Amino acid sequence: MSVLVDGNTRLLVQGLGREGSYHADACRTYGTNMVAGVHPNRSGMKFEDAVPIFETVKDAVAETQANVGLIFVPAPSAADAIIEQIDAGIPLVICISEGVPVQDMVKVRAYIEGSGSRLIGPNCPGLITPGTKTKVGIMPGAIHKHGKVGVVSRSGTLTYEAVDQLSSRGIGQSSVVGIGGDPINGTTFVDVLELFAADDDTEAVVLLGEIGGTREQEAAEFIADKLGKPVVATIVGQSAPPGRRMGHAGAIVTGPSALASNKIAALREAGAHIAETPADIGEVMAGVLAG
Amino acid sequence: MKLHEYQARDILARFGVPVPSATYVETPEEARSVAESFGGKAVVKAQVHAGGRGLAGGVKLVSSADEAADVARSLIGTKLVTHQTGPGGAPINGVLVAELTDIKTELYISIVVDAEMRTPVIMASQAGGMDIETVAEETPEKLIRMATDPVHGLWPYQARDIAIALGIPPKSVRSASALIMNLFKVFTETDATLIEINPLVVTGDDQVVALDSKIDIEDDALFRHPDLAKLADPAQDGELERRANDAGLAYVKLDDGSVGCMVNGAGLAMATMDITLRAGTNPANFLDVGGGAQEDKIAEAFDIIVSDPDVKAVLVNIFGGILRCDIAARGVVQGATESGSSVPIVAVMRGTNAKEGLEILKTSDLNVTFADALSEAAPTIARVMAEAN
Repeated sequence: MSVLVDGNTRLLVQGLGREGSYHADACRTYGTNMVAGVHPNRSGMKFEDAVPIFETVKDAVAETQANVGLIFVPAPSAADAIIEQIDAGIPLVICISEGVPVQDMVKVRAYIEGSGSRLIGPNCPGLITPGTKTKVGIMPGAIHKHGKVGVVSRSGTLTYEAVDQLSSRGIGQSSVVGIGGDPINGTTFVDVLELFAADDDTEAVVLLGEIGGTREQEAAEFIADKLGKPVVATIVGQSAPPGRRMGHAGAIVTGPSALASNKIAALREAGAHIAETPADIGEVMAGVLAG
Repeated sequence: MKLHEYQARDILARFGVPVPSATYVETPEEARSVAESFGGKAVVKAQVHAGGRGLAGGVKLVSSADEAADVARSLIGTKLVTHQTGPGGAPINGVLVAELTDIKTELYISIVVDAEMRTPVIMASQAGGMDIETVAEETPEKLIRMATDPVHGLWPYQARDIAIALGIPPKSVRSASALIMNLFKVFTETDATLIEINPLVVTGDDQVVALDSKIDIEDDALFRHPDLAKLADPAQDGELERRANDAGLAYVKLDDGSVGCMVNGAGLAMATMDITLRAGTNPANFLDVGGGAQEDKIAEAFDIIVSDPDVKAVLVNIFGGILRCDIAARGVVQGATESGSSVPIVAVMRGTNAKEGLEILKTSDLNVTFADALSEAAPTIARVMAEAN
């Protein structure tokens, strides 16, 4: 009925500084079952008088059987936190932190292979399953609505914009997954599309891509051959000049395949419905669902 | 963060990469004495953060110490305009005076992190001096690509394979391999995002030397390289980019645009830029105010946008989340007031405290037109621009 997070999610939050605490609280308020916090020098204390805080991820998992880890630690320590969560056996690790050095991510990616853990992010808004009131990230929960459209995106606020367009038309979401804007991240479009393909309660998918890299072209191949569900896609950055980074570390045109036009052509060829501008996502999806 | 050639050359030398004898100077007198130490024959190279220096007149061969001083005098204190700098050019605060190298062959080598392979990749070609994109496009078979091990790095046999594929003379393969190994060490130990040696040369006596070098360091990794952070030269950036950098804003000035864009989030910022195209206009900038921005930062962002003389209207698009719309609105009012700007504003606000934010803009003295949804932003911008002209 959703992908990755649901009513069985037992959330651990690592990094309970000002931002981490704010968002951990918002996740709990939305309905997520947060079972543990991890923060230096606060072992034995409780977060919001309710959730035990531990010194290490290993201790937290042993005590609470946490199965999803959310990371807010500052970017210089983010790679270490990801590895710590993988080593503690957490199957799903979500890293919100922005600005993780790319050479750290080279090593983290290699470490994940064969570890049995999945990483989402870094530099992502996290993910949410409205149907079970499970939010593991920084998105505004209130704009989401339970339903049958899966959303996967490289962006944060653009995802909220797309979700808002869907919800305001009465189109709910099964799960919304932000994979992040960095050039090397844990989970790709294809990884999430595989999950949506296998999820009976996801009937259609919104894919929000951007300039840089070739992951959208890989997604197009999967959509053409294996997804078996309608897709509404948009690619932002059509107006970006080559060679200039547009905020996200991965959003830079380095060659023809990184161009928005190239990605749009590949997705169109694969049978995806293209929203010509990001303002049209809700409308195009409404048309697709109406048949 | 970009480094100047002279800074990159110093780093390479420290890691054992052979480079030509050269000294960075900031006065014609120093240029004269350095050239004198080379017997008068030298190359004088303007130090700016941009490629295309040679074609732009920023690299000159001199045959006497006097000429070196003259060339240095003509360059230092001026601006160099290359195809990479934009029309304003980049300030030349100093020149590198280098000994002439007896060049037999010009080659190319670079290292970047390849996002698709998720590991550093070495690219090399026998077409030194040429742009690597051109080589990749026109003669892809001549491009050598070697992916390194993400954990271990570059193995010596790989460096040897590259040297051989580059056609390095057999007796120099060993030193060329060592050079490539050291280049890779520079890449990892400085958290570089790019190292480019163009050209890498084989000299008349079969030495392999990094003649021109370019190193970019990852901004996000500077926390562990305080020594490298000191090498920043913000004067090379445009004034608006410099102000944005100081304020912690992601800002990119775009050519030929007239609609300023102020947005939270990089993806939504790109989306907003694209929507101005739909309105039949061009975006003047990319700007992401970021998640945790406060009023002062929003005000500075607005001030930076309207300080660009090309901007005829501003599209404010905020999806309130971590950043609340009322804070964004107060920042816009503050920024417009402080800058004394009267350019028309089109505002789209949704999410947290959108109602409060819109109310603040409505009751202000600013010239604001509202769009209820992103789909209305393009026609609204088109109308406002038509009225402005």
